[in-house]
Amino acid sequence: MRDVEALQGRIDAIAIGTSAGGVEALSILLPALPAGLRASVFIVLHLPRERPSLLAEIFTPKCALKVKEAEDKMRVEPGTVYFAPPDYHLLLDGGPQLALSIDELVHFSRPSIDVLFESAADIYGERLMGIILTGANDDGAAGLAAIHRAGGVTIVQEPDSAQVPLMVLAALRRTAADFVLPLEGIAGLLQALASTEPRTQNTSSKSE
Amino acid sequence: MAAENIDIELRLLLDAIYLKYHYDFRGYAAASLKRRLTNAPGRFGCQTLSQLQDKVLHEPAAFPALLSLLTVPVSEMFRDPSYFRSLREKVVPLLRTYPSLKVWAAGCSTGEEVYSLAILLHEEGLLERTLIYATDINPQSLQKAAAGVYAVDRIAGFTENHRKSGGRTSLSDYYTAAYGRAVFDKSFRRRIVFSDHSLATDSVFAEVQLVSCRNVLIYFNGDLQNRAVGLFRDALCRKGFLGIGMKESLRFSPHAQAFVELVYEDRIFQKRNEP
Repeated sequence: MRDVEALQGRIDAIAIGTSAGGVEALSILLPALPAGLRASVFIVLHLPRERPSLLAEIFTPKCALKVKEAEDKMRVEPGTVYFAPPDYHLLLDGGPQLALSIDELVHFSRPSIDVLFESAADIYGERLMGIILTGANDDGAAGLAAIHRAGGVTIVQEPDSAQVPLMVLAALRRTAADFVLPLEGIAGLLQALASTEPRTQNTSSKSE
Repeated sequence: MAAENIDIELRLLLDAIYLKYHYDFRGYAAASLKRRLTNAPGRFGCQTLSQLQDKVLHEPAAFPALLSLLTVPVSEMFRDPSYFRSLREKVVPLLRTYPSLKVWAAGCSTGEEVYSLAILLHEEGLLERTLIYATDINPQSLQKAAAGVYAVDRIAGFTENHRKSGGRTSLSDYYTAAYGRAVFDKSFRRRIVFSDHSLATDSVFAEVQLVSCRNVLIYFNGDLQNRAVGLFRDALCRKGFLGIGMKESLRFSPHAQAFVELVYEDRIFQKRNEP
């Protein structure tokens, strides 16, 4: 599980949760995602609810992948990044397709990372990777635990490297993550996922 | 596996609710439904959804609480102010051309949106010739909606939304605050009919000029969404208006072709003129 090679070809979806410091962290992580990435990427970033989200506009020019704001019933495409819209929970439903809800706040947040992670774990199981980045509350800790229980891969930003470490510390208290890495390390791992797809492409020798 | 069991138990529970109480949640979007029911067994002193099914079948008194959990009313006044601003600026001028108006607030929950529409129509001088049908499946929500009483701590947010929506006066003109509660003016009630109606099982009951149904369709699966949009199409007069939630879409429904986009960014559609 802790071996990157073992993950190759296995991940269909990547769910990312972050709050304070999240825009900066994603500015490092998302541009690093290579065009060949097969997985779909779902992101909850806590933002002030009344502001229209410009995240898709901000990240589109910086990313090799397509970047969209999630809409209800949208069919999930591979190699596409979906941001939860402000003031809606983002969930995954059968298909897979995107689902939204305005159910009550979770950890004072809508969208909530827990809501995304728990529903994605239900749909993708062991083919899901969950990533918790910098943030200032404990949303996401229960969700990451759900991903772990469903057999998915768990990644937490190394607390020392997080702009605000509360969220990653809360996640680590609940789940012994498969990988604890600084942003550059997480970016490298995601690149390694793509660089071997399709699997036949890669015949490189095992490192270390 | 436990997860597999949950899917089976959920389906059986929804079947049981439908057969016993005729509330049809079988076409609801699974992800949100599952989330709402995750902690439900515990709240009813049960271990599993199967035990909860047993309880609601044999103890009808337990059902209203489960119904409220399944329909979780979450709403606020003038939610998405730009929607109401667009109604005011783009739809009201056309509504003025009708000698009398009927409006359907579908899935009105505890009434916040209904009073928002009523206040808007009042401010535009149209309420006196308007009848608003406010429908929901949850009788407890309808009771609250009819009472028009909201906690005072929510009013600041409502007021701000109302102002941003282009409100002509202060929201405080329309309610009386006392003992931590704001009671909305009873005169609005005279223009509103609150009624039990299910988008899943009932049919069209009137011809209307405007349907406002926001953040209800997100809880439905594709088939049920399609049924609901079909009801709206059939209820609307030619060139009538449909407003849905800001992140909802008609494009997954075959009935979409009956509508044109009037203000797409605020999800306001107009029914085509042709039959």
